[in-house]
Amino acid sequence: MTGTRAPLPAQTSTAAADATTPSARRPSPLHRVLEAVGVTNVSLLIALALVILVIGSQNADFFRGSNLIVIGTAVAISGLLAVVQTVVIIAGGLDISVGSVAGLASVASAMIFTATGSTAVLGLAGAVLIGLLCGLVNGAIIVYGRVNPVIATLATLAAFKGIAQLISNGRAQGYTGSDPIFIFLARGSILGIPTLIWVLLLVAGLLHVMLKYTDIGRKIYALGGNDAAARLAGININRYILAIFALAGMVAGIAGVLITARTGSGQPISGSEGLELEAITAAALGGTALKGGKGSIISTLLAVLLLGVLINGMTLLGVNPFWQNVAKGTLLVVAVVIQQLRSGERRVGIPQ
Amino acid sequence: MTTTSTPPTLVAEGIGKSFAGVHALTDVTLEIRPGEVLALMGENGAGKSTLLKILSGDQPPDTGTLRMHGEPVTFSSPADAMAAGVRVIYQEPEIVPHVSVAENVYIGRLPATARRFNRRALRERVRADLERTGFTGAIDPDTLGSRLSAAQRQLIEILRALTSDTAVLAFDEPTSSLSDAETESLFRLIRELRESGVAIVYVSHRMKEIFELADRIAVLRDGRLIGVRPAAETDEEELVRMMVGRDLSSMFQRRHTGAADQPVASTESRRPVLELRGVTSDDVSDVDLVVHAGEVVGLAGLVGAGRSELARAVVGDVPLRGGQVVVNGRPLRLRTPGDAVAAGIGFAPEERKADALLMHRTVRDNLSLAVLDRLSRLRFVRARAERELVDRYVEQLRVRTPSPEQQIRKLSGGNQQKVVLARWLARRPDVLILDEPTRGVDVGAKAEIYAIIDELAASGVALLVISSELPEVLGLSDRIVVMQNGRIAGELDRDEATEERILALAIADHAAEGASR
Repeated sequence: MTGTRAPLPAQTSTAAADATTPSARRPSPLHRVLEAVGVTNVSLLIALALVILVIGSQNADFFRGSNLIVIGTAVAISGLLAVVQTVVIIAGGLDISVGSVAGLASVASAMIFTATGSTAVLGLAGAVLIGLLCGLVNGAIIVYGRVNPVIATLATLAAFKGIAQLISNGRAQGYTGSDPIFIFLARGSILGIPTLIWVLLLVAGLLHVMLKYTDIGRKIYALGGNDAAARLAGININRYILAIFALAGMVAGIAGVLITARTGSGQPISGSEGLELEAITAAALGGTALKGGKGSIISTLLAVLLLGVLINGMTLLGVNPFWQNVAKGTLLVVAVVIQQLRSGERRVGIPQ
Repeated sequence: MTTTSTPPTLVAEGIGKSFAGVHALTDVTLEIRPGEVLALMGENGAGKSTLLKILSGDQPPDTGTLRMHGEPVTFSSPADAMAAGVRVIYQEPEIVPHVSVAENVYIGRLPATARRFNRRALRERVRADLERTGFTGAIDPDTLGSRLSAAQRQLIEILRALTSDTAVLAFDEPTSSLSDAETESLFRLIRELRESGVAIVYVSHRMKEIFELADRIAVLRDGRLIGVRPAAETDEEELVRMMVGRDLSSMFQRRHTGAADQPVASTESRRPVLELRGVTSDDVSDVDLVVHAGEVVGLAGLVGAGRSELARAVVGDVPLRGGQVVVNGRPLRLRTPGDAVAAGIGFAPEERKADALLMHRTVRDNLSLAVLDRLSRLRFVRARAERELVDRYVEQLRVRTPSPEQQIRKLSGGNQQKVVLARWLARRPDVLILDEPTRGVDVGAKAEIYAIIDELAASGVALLVISSELPEVLGLSDRIVVMQNGRIAGELDRDEATEERILALAIADHAAEGASR
């Protein structure tokens, strides 16, 4: 009656229609591909193909190698924030201060670089360390101050931005454009692929392995899926939340270094403002459940690429940049609405 | 006794409802007549609450129709049902915490003039309502919602119903949180309502109340309507038979009951594993309790007696205000549940979905959650070791799932519970605390869970089992500890325990006795 869902041999012909109980029947090949790649990823790939077709048919420049590199380097920085945001969201949190942390780290990297007599390594290390500290501050406010992550990081979004402006007097700092290490980060390449993209792939790869294959990752999914269950199963969830926000700060610090490298100087605001929106949009578009417990780095990467192509295409087609902001905002809403409709939540009251 | 010729107020016809493939209700047809109290009985998980939810518009039925005065009706929300005159009074009604009792009663219907409501008129009106219903002293109209006791909240819900047009009124175990005097008032009120022609549905486990109030008694089992009997033509024994589907005496027999009494029972091998010494938290006071290796201790008591709260304190989920938890002779330092887990305590909480399961993850993910660190090397989860472990426990506990990769929400309640048990078995704990391990579990899986508990005890685990079902407590336990009001009210050995004695301890006025002891 209840649990005995034995596989039924009959009615295999309706397998495709009955997608909700795939394991009960022998799946069709198409179905198996869909299962392996994931519905989200297939949708993203189809959307990507459509967007490329439309833009490419309007402007042939789109397909030029140099433009593809432009897209790749353009998404590298927001991509970094998107993948780490994915981890934060899976754990049930949200970090909207990542853009400010990146700005602060950018200024700090250039100022440390200048102050230490053009020692790039110290500039890099300092920026990452500052990012980590910012993340720890976020985590501590959330865990020990019992503040909702959105509110906590909204507050630090403003505060970190203010600190960056204070120490820089609101102006771009230092000049790193002649340092070989910064040049390599901004314009170098390995095997024909820009360093910026390598940094993104490296960070994304590490996060992917962590989420998928380590007990840490499994506990992060558990924490976001049901924190009471995770807690009662003996997981020290406070430590995990602190560590995850520290990680987000650290990756935002790396993003800050890349901003400095690309622009040749430390930027308190320009270059980092609005990155949190892009990061959260990409994560949501990639199917990361905003309630936590669900999501994948690979889907987020695909969504980052889709967003990059869209923005690049709009630029190529001469769309007013103000419209691009409207498009980004709209996309975030659409992505979340699709997600919520798929979850079948009842449309009553303010959603959780 | 009502005549059968009165046309029913509300008819449920062929109602069916399933959740994630589990049939909660199957083809239930029931007439609810005016001027009559229809009692609804059945074990936990029999489908009573699902039926109430459908009547109240909280959940739509999958199949079947509701007819109100002969006309088919569809309730798509509780507001719809209320507009049609159908109200369900739950044990824990929704109360707005920051407004007064009076506003809570008339919520949504506040007497307003030019959008400003008249506070004083409202207070007077509620005062009159209280007087009319005989609850004058029970509640002050000015108290804030957040300060009300469970009984008072229920009273608000009753007042809401009485002050609007109500044709069908359903009560879900209303007396479980009421005092004797309050219960008396409630019964008087129910009888008055019956006289005035309201159709009343009364869900309860308490036989005495049922025979005191009901005109007809309907019994549900595993989501089906087993039968409806006029109260005058049936007795307790028949109803129990209908509810459990077999004679009470044949249920819940433990095979290894001897484990604690036989060779192992020699006093020195009855090693205390879990010892609570004066455990005190916000909700429990001064609890002393010992569970020995291989022993099943049942923790009985009424809802709200502090049993789950005690468990939460023992596993470090709520802070201890005093006392000690000792495992294998070592006092624990409990800061988080992680400390209890590390000391060898496993805990399967009462609210399976809310507190134990990762509903969107697989059987495998759920099963291995508490042993991930043991399965990992250099933090990488060893996939093969995990698969072997999961396969072993799925087979051993007979978890019915097409594959370990199945999402757990697609399993039935019983199989979900087995996965929760497997999570802890995999950790090989010394102490296992099970809070209502068979709630929402069908009869077949129940028997299997009893067998698992039995075998665990035989293998030397110390078990503390919280259960509200007395036959279950009696069948499973070597020893039964009864709680009341956050304190231990008494202890009964397996041989001397009966339902009556447990209940006597659970409800007797022990406050005075405890003080004199």
